[in-house]
Amino acid sequence: MPPQHPVDLPDSRLAALRGPRPPQPYTARKITALTANPACSRRAVLDAVGIDKALLAQRMGYEPRFGQSPFALAREQAFEALVKWGGYAELIRLLREQLGIPVEEAGVTDLNEVGGDTSLARRVKETRGLLTRLASGSDERLILDRPLLTLEVAGQTAYLAPQALTHRVGGKFYVAEIRSFPAIDGQANPTAVAQTAKQAAVSVLALHRTFEELNLDPEQIAHEFLLICPKDFSNRPYGRLVDLRQELDALRFQLTRLRRADDLALALPPSATLDTDRDVDELDSSVGALDASYTPDCLSFCEMARYCRDEATTCASPTRLGGTVRNTLPGVDSTRTTLAYLDGVHAPGPAEAAAIDRLRAAERLRRLRRGGAA
Amino acid sequence: MSTLAAVAALRATETGRAERLTTVRHTHLDDGPFVLVPLTLAGEACAPLAALAGTDRERPTLLTVRQPRDRAERFRFAERLAALLLPYIDQCRTAETETYTVGRGAEKEERRRLLRAPQLLVPGGEGIAYVRLLGRLTRLRAVEGPYAVDPSVPALGKWLTWFADRAEFTGSCLLQALTRLLSAHWATGQSPAEDSHLASLLAWIDPPDGLTGAQAAREAEDPLRFPPAGPATDVVFDQTLHDLMSRYDEAANGRGREAVGRQIDRELRGQMLPTWELVWRGVDLLRELPEGRHVAERWAYDRRLFSEYAAYLDEDGRPQARRDHAVGAARRLARMEEAMARYDAERAFDDPLVMAEYELSGEAFTGLVVARDEDRFAPGTRPGSMVWRPTITVRSELPVRLTAGKEVKCPARPGQKAEIVEVVPDCEGHTVVIQLNGGFNRVRKPPAPPGTLAEIGETVTYTSVDPKSMPSVLPAEEDTPWTHGGPPKPYEPTAEDAEEIWE
Repeated sequence: MPPQHPVDLPDSRLAALRGPRPPQPYTARKITALTANPACSRRAVLDAVGIDKALLAQRMGYEPRFGQSPFALAREQAFEALVKWGGYAELIRLLREQLGIPVEEAGVTDLNEVGGDTSLARRVKETRGLLTRLASGSDERLILDRPLLTLEVAGQTAYLAPQALTHRVGGKFYVAEIRSFPAIDGQANPTAVAQTAKQAAVSVLALHRTFEELNLDPEQIAHEFLLICPKDFSNRPYGRLVDLRQELDALRFQLTRLRRADDLALALPPSATLDTDRDVDELDSSVGALDASYTPDCLSFCEMARYCRDEATTCASPTRLGGTVRNTLPGVDSTRTTLAYLDGVHAPGPAEAAAIDRLRAAERLRRLRRGGAA
Repeated sequence: MSTLAAVAALRATETGRAERLTTVRHTHLDDGPFVLVPLTLAGEACAPLAALAGTDRERPTLLTVRQPRDRAERFRFAERLAALLLPYIDQCRTAETETYTVGRGAEKEERRRLLRAPQLLVPGGEGIAYVRLLGRLTRLRAVEGPYAVDPSVPALGKWLTWFADRAEFTGSCLLQALTRLLSAHWATGQSPAEDSHLASLLAWIDPPDGLTGAQAAREAEDPLRFPPAGPATDVVFDQTLHDLMSRYDEAANGRGREAVGRQIDRELRGQMLPTWELVWRGVDLLRELPEGRHVAERWAYDRRLFSEYAAYLDEDGRPQARRDHAVGAARRLARMEEAMARYDAERAFDDPLVMAEYELSGEAFTGLVVARDEDRFAPGTRPGSMVWRPTITVRSELPVRLTAGKEVKCPARPGQKAEIVEVVPDCEGHTVVIQLNGGFNRVRKPPAPPGTLAEIGETVTYTSVDPKSMPSVLPAEEDTPWTHGGPPKPYEPTAEDAEEIWE
């Protein structure tokens, strides 16, 4: 492991691409989005450069439809405050219930700042110090609030702050995530849980890396995390341990597949820029020079998705119609070409012949059986 | 999605309009459906914010909650929704009844079912999830003691839960989402994820003059013109609403408060009205399609279940449990699988365009009757006996992948049992000899009654798919073996179910 940079010091090429604006930090959310679509070089570079993708999309004429409702934001903050209220009484209660150990009281260290210092470097250093002390067998009952961990993603350092990290419980450290979606009759929205689990896996993996760097035993890290959300329609916190082994394996695999962002950026011409204050045409040609891998899923999480969708439509990419249509066209990378094959304008090559034959048979049947359905 | 649907989607990208996936409508559409367009407050667990609801397209009823964080306000919303929906359900309950039979042989029984059942329409799949959640929120409420609610609130909850439960069964039309109905009948040139947006889906099916479906769908994504169909709200709109709600809370007096309240109502109505219109436009488009043959039969089953649940509420009336017990869940899963298989088969029988998918996969074939042997007798099961088994010979230009010995059925004569005797390939297709094992109106010797035996020159389709295939049999609930926990205990509502901590 190379020594970690104390502060974000990206490759000068990436810094040059970004321009004068300060970089946007990596978040667990960004990393899960990136690993959801690891083939997307465009997103990999934009995230590594640290530009504001929402602003970039807006500048290019694609107002992103994301953002958080003031109601949702207020609710989230209120719930987190409730869990942490009164010396973390609710968190400690849930730890006692879910991990089955007597925790009557626990000290808490708030790592949002260290003696008034909120710099990333200072928080990382303090987190590491505390981890070393706790992991080496000290009995202190200490909950870390917003510890700051680092993780290398596509050649860049990401800073991650899980909502809480418990002291060793039964010899293990647990990451806790607080979310405001409800668990109704013990069941929360599976999509929301899956999303949270992926984000928690990012934190757990960062914890693993930190332990390795500090020569601590990573066996002390639980492969489960404590998910805390409101019970039913109330505000009462409810907690459940969620297994992360699958997410951790998937995440490790995806991270190894991510190419280094600075290598990807080498493909750009020297004049390229991603500086959101520059001319739209310049931005357009630079963004366009980065390979995207658009799928309709991108619309739900990526600020640039609508830009990429238009691009995919222009080059008639079958993926824009969704995975199932795409799967009926193995080897064919354009819907226009497919239609030309179907109409007999071009003859398919041997690689596509079987797929096209099936589509032709389907189309023939469609014509024959359509009857009155115009 | 099937290969035929994929081809339809590809063609839609070329024509710029949605392509039909069916030749008929496979859904019952009631003359007076109850449409519900709901909105919830972001970030909360089912905090109803507003709804446009009712059966009158021209006069939707507006329900709003001006301060959704107030528990009492939420249940007042439920009360007002109940005041709209329960009378609609009661109208159906007082409809005339008809007789139907269940079982066969010794277990045959005559029962009665109502001629009407309620049909609830929501804009999209999220609307169904909302109905389920609102049902859960309201059905367990206590009508006495602290936090008591009006008795109509748990009654609404039970019905909403029943609707949401039925919606999980393929082919049931009691609660339907417009986006699902429309995308079952049309393929667009966009992804299924985009099809879940009602406005863009309709833009592809029925684009305004001068625009392609693709162009119209892009315009339909503008939340200013077409706000989200709910129940989630638009983030930018939420900011407006947030400001208004703050002003509402801080208003100096009742008059000022009321003025802001009316403004909140107007804003919310503006968010839901475009969706309300879209739902009805979708209904119009679906109505233009002729109804499939099995649709009435499925609706009759829906009406039967409605009659049964209405009777249950009168006799017992306990709310649905928080969770299914294991035995109930297993039975439910089995019934859901059966419903799906039956629905798929029925659709294929009603619709040659759906059957084409089975032709493509080799589970069906279509051809011309080129010969028939009306006087054929074949050896019966008893030694030496001969039974009347006429055959027809069908010539198909497409390859036939069903093989000799396979039992098949023909959608044109669904009551007739048949089996393939021989399949002979030749240079331009296949010739199939089919033996008919019945379906001659109980006649046991030639000539065949008119219409029961296909004529030479008739086009026929035969398939191994059968909508009448026997469902799997699970033991009755009271016979659940001890290995599976024994007979499950019926659900008893507890005080804990009704209790909810409100902070």
